Amino acid sequence: MLDFLADVGETVLSTLRDVTPIVVILVVFQVAVLRRRLPNIRGIATGSVMVLLGLALFLIGLEQALFPIGETMAQQLTEKAGAGAGALAGAVRWQDYWVVYLFAAAIGFATTVAEPSLIAVALKAKEVSGGAVNAWGLRIAVAVGVAIGVSLGCFRIVTGTPLPWYIVVAYVVVIIQTFLSSRTIIPLAYDSGGVTTSTVTVPVVAALGLGLAANVPGRSPLIDGFGLIAFASVFPIISVLGYAIVADGLERWRRRSERQEVEP
Amino acid sequence: MAKRILGALRDLSPIFAVVIFFQVVVLQQPFPDIANVVVGLVCVVLGLALFVQGLESGLFPLGEALAQGMARKGSATALLALGFCLGFGTTVAEPALIAVAAEGAQVAADAQFIGDSQAAQDRYALEVRLVVAVAVGIAIVLGVLRILKGWPIHLFIISGYVLVMAMTLFAPDEIVGVAYDSGGVTTSTITVPLITALGVGLASTIRGRNPMLDGFGLIAFASLTPMIGVLGYGMVV
Repeated sequence: MLDFLADVGETVLSTLRDVTPIVVILVVFQVAVLRRRLPNIRGIATGSVMVLLGLALFLIGLEQALFPIGETMAQQLTEKAGAGAGALAGAVRWQDYWVVYLFAAAIGFATTVAEPSLIAVALKAKEVSGGAVNAWGLRIAVAVGVAIGVSLGCFRIVTGTPLPWYIVVAYVVVIIQTFLSSRTIIPLAYDSGGVTTSTVTVPVVAALGLGLAANVPGRSPLIDGFGLIAFASVFPIISVLGYAIVADGLERWRRRSERQEVEP
Repeated sequence: MAKRILGALRDLSPIFAVVIFFQVVVLQQPFPDIANVVVGLVCVVLGLALFVQGLESGLFPLGEALAQGMARKGSATALLALGFCLGFGTTVAEPALIAVAAEGAQVAADAQFIGDSQAAQDRYALEVRLVVAVAVGIAIVLGVLRILKGWPIHLFIISGYVLVMAMTLFAPDEIVGVAYDSGGVTTSTITVPLITALGVGLASTIRGRNPMLDGFGLIAFASLTPMIGVLGYGMVV
């Protein structure tokens, strides 16, 4: 119990340390440049304390419950797949690692749905668009993108193919999709690439990459362990733009068929 | 609050499901230390509920009030200065970035790209962090300028992508992985809501700007410029 309380204290302190520079900047600009008091300062202060406490509690819980499990599982799964593969022949066969791809997709999806910064952006998008952007739908689309990205990233680590190939192809896809999408969704889609990789996703995904690179014969954790975060930041852009293009297409098709019914 | 807790439970249910499924069905092992896990889960649910509640009553109004105040004041210089400070200040101490920079220094040392001593690695890691922080500062400045002027975002992002692809060809291999990952790790859980609120607040205060079209996009800039910065750093060093 004492250990636990010490943990709580330490996490609150380190969260405070992260937040202090932001608060200093905001206060300096509010006081020195605007020379005005904040409206509803008590509400904002209570809200900020809640954010701080909530984030600290969230991180403590993750460290107590999820990170150890996630890291052990990543380790065990990659070892299990690696042992089966190494025993057969010297060569690495990417098919032997299907459990890892499955786990990568599942954990990528699940951690993204729980990512607090994505929740924040989705809430804002819903508010700004007057409800036209469905917060839950946006989060699912982003999570699907992260799932595909992390899974493909694991495939890359197993096969040892160069990272830039994948990223360049993904960029080309994003550029093509940009010209096909409606203008209003583009900024939000670009943003969703950056928000996915924060508090929950990065530690679990990094552990997965390092475990995998350490256990696949011929891969070095230092060189091949990188890149999963890059995958997890590009693929959500593709999935959100893709979702928007398909939704737009369906809407247009539905309108056209309605018109045809009205005027035969 | 009860509604928030239910919402948090819903947000976290996929993680619970994935962990239980792989632990029980695939690995066929019992949970280690079940008491700790349950305490941890309660903390996660309560923490997320508090965070979301605080977001709507604290961080969002704070970011928006500041954005509106600055927009009304009409000083573009002050606004751009705020953008740079926010970008630089929130990134330089970001724990995820510190971790990635340290790993990157290790890779560079192993590849004989820099000296093998601890001092050389520390210096390299610190320089990567500073490069990334300056890059994020520049990103927010550019992003705010874009909102003020109403420039379309895709021109920036596409030219950024083309630049990243071209620089990848010339940058040393040792730095490409770190550079790509540094784009993803810069945007933390406190920074994202604040910067989003800042962008949306600006776009809804300035006449002729659409918050949906112009308000979003700051985060996208902040994840693109660090890649360019670190790749450039790798080419210069």
